[in-house]
Amino acid sequence: MYRYDEFDAQFVRERAEQFRGQVARRISGELTEDEFKPLRLMNGLYLQLHAYMLRIAIPYGTLSARQLRKLAHLTRKYDRGYGHFTTRQNLQLHWAQLPRVPDMLVELAEVEMHCIQTSGNSVRNISADPFAGAAAGELEDPRILSEILRQWSTLHPEFSFLPRKFKFCVIASDEDRAALLIHDIAIKVIRNDSGELGYRVYVGGGLGRTPYLALEIGSFVAKPDILAFCEAILRVYNEAGRRDNIHKARVKILVHQIGIEEMRRRVEAEFIEIKKTGVLELPAEELARIGAYFADPPFETLPARCEAFEAAKRSHSDFADWVKTNVAPHKMPGYAIATLSLKPIGKTPGDCSSEQMDAIAALMNTFGQAEIRVTHEQNLVLPHMRSSDLFALWQKLVPLELATANHGLVTDIIACPGLDYCDLANARSIPIAQAIAKRFADLERQHDLGELKIKISGCINACGHHHVGHIGILGVDRKGVENYQILLGGSGAEDASLAEIMGPGFDTEGIVDAVENVIGTYTDMRQKGERFLDTYRRVGAVPFKERLYAR
Amino acid sequence: MLVKLEHGRARTVEDLFVAVGDDESLPHGAIVVPLKRFLAETTPLLARETPLGVRLETGDTPQILGEHIHRLALIVLHVPYFKDGRGFSWARLARTRLGYTGEIRVTGHFLKDQMAFYARVGVDVFDIAQNIPFAQIEAAFSEISNVYQPAFDGRATIRELRAAKRAAATISTS
Repeated sequence: MYRYDEFDAQFVRERAEQFRGQVARRISGELTEDEFKPLRLMNGLYLQLHAYMLRIAIPYGTLSARQLRKLAHLTRKYDRGYGHFTTRQNLQLHWAQLPRVPDMLVELAEVEMHCIQTSGNSVRNISADPFAGAAAGELEDPRILSEILRQWSTLHPEFSFLPRKFKFCVIASDEDRAALLIHDIAIKVIRNDSGELGYRVYVGGGLGRTPYLALEIGSFVAKPDILAFCEAILRVYNEAGRRDNIHKARVKILVHQIGIEEMRRRVEAEFIEIKKTGVLELPAEELARIGAYFADPPFETLPARCEAFEAAKRSHSDFADWVKTNVAPHKMPGYAIATLSLKPIGKTPGDCSSEQMDAIAALMNTFGQAEIRVTHEQNLVLPHMRSSDLFALWQKLVPLELATANHGLVTDIIACPGLDYCDLANARSIPIAQAIAKRFADLERQHDLGELKIKISGCINACGHHHVGHIGILGVDRKGVENYQILLGGSGAEDASLAEIMGPGFDTEGIVDAVENVIGTYTDMRQKGERFLDTYRRVGAVPFKERLYAR
Repeated sequence: MLVKLEHGRARTVEDLFVAVGDDESLPHGAIVVPLKRFLAETTPLLARETPLGVRLETGDTPQILGEHIHRLALIVLHVPYFKDGRGFSWARLARTRLGYTGEIRVTGHFLKDQMAFYARVGVDVFDIAQNIPFAQIEAAFSEISNVYQPAFDGRATIRELRAAKRAAATISTS
């Protein structure tokens, strides 16, 4: 993984000290809350319902054991003994105290971490495929470009006060595990007809009250040109994006207002001008230098089939269930990718206790894992497990409540913090996720239902990605009462689509029955081998609506 | 307070320009006029022998000034509210695209904490409305020692500093 040198280290230390000064000015009253707000937001500090919330950047979702131990320490020392992994691969601490935040930043800087640009109208933390470097069929590690983008966008002098927040995502496989097309700029590493690697660039994705999938703006951008191309998009957006209405300020609105053709024309004109100066050209040496940080760990030569692993599956059906859903194929024979579910039945999706973090860091050492990954689905991934170690790993995970065999199933629910924490929320998300998980807890039934992605947001801002859920749930405030609308048919994967809203919402009790109804419609109508999403796409909304709203 | 940044050093300066509205009569000496007036009276304004400035509102790109930009001594970028970051792009364009070499001044509602960013994109004078001690203003430009991006200020980027360090290491070991 990337390691800070003296320059990166000095940068985050100075940034922490700068924030210490800003906090002091706020506490002394020199800064009004309105003036302090953009400064704290540039450091990931929100003011929520009950307390400050600190959002810690986890660049492209990669953490070392040392960093994870530091996060365990921070949650224990400064917070309430847990953190919440988010749909943008970050970690949120929900009980921060303003005077102590500068000390938290100093401690983060000690392990090469920070909170820079995890909020505010700037380029946010770059997200990437959590299986980077491990997935079969990947063209190159998407974190190489992600790290280059991280450095280029950090305290960018021109683009730190954009019309609205700006999110990047990078993947390098045909399988999309990062919800690529819901980002403002989405980049996919591709190979062109002459065999060169380069980037396909999409622009204008985003959820919120006006959801759009990103549209292609650059079919093949050569590697040395990618920063110039991104800068061109950001400049066009900074100049022309709307600033009069916060709900119409994202780049997706500009793209859809002027049309992708006009957007492409403006970006290309700007791109040509930037290229003339040559200043943003990315030299091959720099790509190679950053690339070296993401070189493969020293893999052993292992047989593709591990007899002990096969025997453990036969003798332990619980383990076999876990392998079926939570273990994915690796690019190297004898290795596997293991997903640690942060969705035990009845718990808060994405939460991880200080003890769990410490225990996972210890397991990383036991099993020789230099890195762990955070997924946008709010789970954790050990990317380079030897298949022969999986049974031992699983046995250690079970007592930690980290071995729930539900990855990708109906109880692997994405949920935003909702009205339990968030001052923007209209309704609670967590209790709904918990109630649905309890209803569908039976593992045999979950496996029978197969891949089924439920995503819950407590307001229209859609942090819970409800627009791209196979089943999306949106919490609204209906005359002071929490009410939940159902959307169906969305996907945040390589077959991305936006879900359609079914009709009037349900109350807190009714929503679980409504989900049961939707799933019943699927099981009645599915054909052999069809996932929920496939059936929905084949039969359309009508049978689902009929059953949902039958009198 | 008007603060000028020159070779990385901040100092307070006198305002030599008189701001003139759309309908006011033109005084002698250096003046700054709104863009609308400049566009309406370009020829007589440029014919004056004294320094001329144009004030751009936040929605105005400096590209609208065309070739006349090189006849100007001052461009004022007005920031209505600190969250409006268009001025960063206007300054950058004026400097690096249009090659403008006169003064660029920001005025209006911006924060001390934004001044280092404005300086990087080519703003050299700050019209500071709030009562901030000069020492704090001076310090605002150097809170973060190094930068990741190339910008108009020509500061060596962290990537360049790394390359220089590697080169020095190679020389010392060879």
